[in-house]
Amino acid sequence: MERIQIIAIIGSLCFLGYVMWQIKKGKLREEYAFIWILSTFVLIVLSVWRNALEILAHSFGVIAPPNLLFAGALFAVLIYLLHLSLTVSKLQYENKTLAQELALLKQKIDKKEKV
Amino acid sequence: MVNYFNANKESIFKNSIFSAMNQTIRVAVIIPAYNEEASIASVVTAVHAASSDSIQLTPVVVNDCSKDSTKEIIWSLNCVALNLPINLGIGGAVQTGIKYAFDNGFDFCVQIDGDGQHPPQFIPVLEKELVANGWDVAIGSRYIEKEGFQSTFMRRTGIQYFQFLLKLITGENVTDSTSGMRMMNRKTMKLLYAYYPDEYPEPEALIIYNRNGLKFGEVPVLMNERMGGQSSIRGLGAVYYMFKVTIAIIFTYLRQ
Repeated sequence: MERIQIIAIIGSLCFLGYVMWQIKKGKLREEYAFIWILSTFVLIVLSVWRNALEILAHSFGVIAPPNLLFAGALFAVLIYLLHLSLTVSKLQYENKTLAQELALLKQKIDKKEKV
Repeated sequence: MVNYFNANKESIFKNSIFSAMNQTIRVAVIIPAYNEEASIASVVTAVHAASSDSIQLTPVVVNDCSKDSTKEIIWSLNCVALNLPINLGIGGAVQTGIKYAFDNGFDFCVQIDGDGQHPPQFIPVLEKELVANGWDVAIGSRYIEKEGFQSTFMRRTGIQYFQFLLKLITGENVTDSTSGMRMMNRKTMKLLYAYYPDEYPEPEALIIYNRNGLKFGEVPVLMNERMGGQSSIRGLGAVYYMFKVTIAIIFTYLRQ
């Protein structure tokens, strides 16, 4: 095993450990943790089995194997960002509804106190 | 949900019985306010002055988490004070007022600006025109009679662009699509209860009315220059405004 492989595996394992620790603390929801665990798993597989990338690249017809990795990673990140934008939009809508409800309820209480 | 349902029932009851008895028309005057400490008191006073026996105006001030003393000022005024805990933007603030008006059985609600641009004495005029023409929404326009404050050249150009865009999409001719001075009936309130745009809602709302088969028309009004505060639409903001509203108009049209 080459040095870079060992570094990559240790790095990926540390990342995996960090993600799991965040889940354990309850700071990261499982639905988001899933995608991080999955990508860490892919990283570990690629570091252990170095030929995998070349085999994949050949089957897709990509000449330089790292290009497949970059294209794949970029695509995954874009999709994930879109997902986050959708989540933020939904949260914003829910937040707005809650704030409005709160203002209306406060007014009802204030009105009673004023009388 | 319970509240919503009751309010609806109550209004049907009111419309069928009381309107026949020529009862007072109750109008909620929604005043969205963000850092309007300089002008809000005089706006509320002007609303009360425009109120009469036949048309009773209730000022509903929606304080959009102002950083100045707007909250303390409206507490001492004779008005319904709705204080938002976070800043929602003009659309979210107006929608809060619409929810209040709908839940509390008001016959109509009308939006006027907190900076004194919209004189409340035109509210009864809007109401009369809305009922006489069978509209669901009456819009106060500066550009029919071309009197009073006409805004800057750049803004008029922008408004003419929206006029063109709206005519292209809906076939309706709206001379003042950015006017916030709008009166609506309960049918419209119910529609906007569910969805109202957050930012720059006025032109987009016209498409929502059009797509939902609501009738609207314009009424000539005189507007003033703002008494205090600063417009949110200036500089680069104006470019963003044009872009955002164009996108919103097209997508709102495609939505339903």
